[in-house]
Amino acid sequence: MKPNVIIINPKDNVAIAVETIRQGKPVCLPGGGDFTALADIPYSHKVALQDIQEGENIIKYGEMIGKATENIGKGQWVHTHNLDIDHKR
Amino acid sequence: METFQGYERPDGSAGIRNYVAVIPSVSCANGVVGLIARGAPDCIPLYHGHGCGRSIEVPVHKRALVNLGKNPNVAAVLIIGLGCEILKAEGLVAAIAESGKPVEYLSIQRDGGSRKTATKGIDIVQRLLKEAESCKRKAFPLECITVGLECGGSDAFSGVTANPGVGLASDWIVDQGGTVILTEDTEMIGTSHILERRAKTPEVAAAIATMVADAEKLTHDLMGPLAPFVIAPGNMDGGMSSIQEKSLGCIVKAGSRSINQVVDYAEIPSQKGVILMDGPGYDTESLTGLAAGGAQLIVFTTGRGNPIGFPIVPVIKVASTSQLYQSMEDDMDINAGSVLEGKDLKDLGADIIALIKKVLDGERTKAEINRQDGILCLYTMHPAF
Repeated sequence: MKPNVIIINPKDNVAIAVETIRQGKPVCLPGGGDFTALADIPYSHKVALQDIQEGENIIKYGEMIGKATENIGKGQWVHTHNLDIDHKR
Repeated sequence: METFQGYERPDGSAGIRNYVAVIPSVSCANGVVGLIARGAPDCIPLYHGHGCGRSIEVPVHKRALVNLGKNPNVAAVLIIGLGCEILKAEGLVAAIAESGKPVEYLSIQRDGGSRKTATKGIDIVQRLLKEAESCKRKAFPLECITVGLECGGSDAFSGVTANPGVGLASDWIVDQGGTVILTEDTEMIGTSHILERRAKTPEVAAAIATMVADAEKLTHDLMGPLAPFVIAPGNMDGGMSSIQEKSLGCIVKAGSRSINQVVDYAEIPSQKGVILMDGPGYDTESLTGLAAGGAQLIVFTTGRGNPIGFPIVPVIKVASTSQLYQSMEDDMDINAGSVLEGKDLKDLGADIIALIKKVLDGERTKAEINRQDGILCLYTMHPAF
């Protein structure tokens, strides 16, 4: 299947949706392989590439862009509702 | 060694455009500058809202206006003063004259009021334009080039397509001996450790740390608990979740070479290579800082679609997606969205470099064609009195 996400750095645990991916539809990786989107992933937003535990780093560009404020499942939408810089909420 | 065709200035610098600028020393002189610009439409008026009333910031605004006058794209300058303002026309003239280029001034209160000053100003500008015409393009090495880097209205793809593409062009400019200036220090918050690793000397690393820490402190002082999300709503809608995420995507514009100097807002660097300028993330104020810093060209990436240019500096617009490129094609010079459709990032970098070369030699950018050259915005932090 045609990839619908971009992974910027091999260390990343999130990918960027190239098109809107509906809940229940496949997230197709550039190198092959797919898994199910657990929520609607809006165009240009992030999707978790693996299970991320609460408090764990969210990595993009190979660097930390924030911490998970809750357990995030593989295929979940990652944005301000579950990512925070200080993880103090 | 690659060269470009530029206009030689008395201080040895090279312009890629050949403008006569008319600069008000104070906002009260904008009207007369407008009369002159209507009477001599080939000049470039640099309207702005400052020059008085903000005594704390007058030195910063003076530096900005003086260094805009010194920008190599400007052949000659006419300053229009009022007479009673804090930022005196005479002071601007003396400082710009250090560059050796023709600079003259009129004062509305001394020269007989608006109409008479404008009539005299039109005569001066016509003469300066004629003198500027005699300057012809000749070959210069790329080490004479300073490129300002800017991103505005970013989306999640700005840092995936457009900014990495521009980063490749930045590496090319620096490898040719030229200079790139990265600014918008609020968009470096969270990435200080990465930038410090690239500093040429420990002193530069310390300056980076201080600049970014100050920007972060200011953001926290002003925004409190909302500080981590000092991102325009447009950026949030685009999928950015934190300023760190946006910052990482932002700093990639400056490529990967060593960082050789940190300068103040609107300050002209003394070093070449990658330079960081302490300035705000607000696009229009940032463009002024870059142009005053000596940038003859600005490369501006955008994800949501920002059409702005700058009066004396060509601005190349790089769209992060094909969607944006197609919807605002009259404003966008390069479509970096092609990377999302499978184009190699290196090929995008080559396209940007090819366009930079053409613009250096005189090809007009979309922002120039659209005359996107409104009012100058100058960095302000304090209230007016």
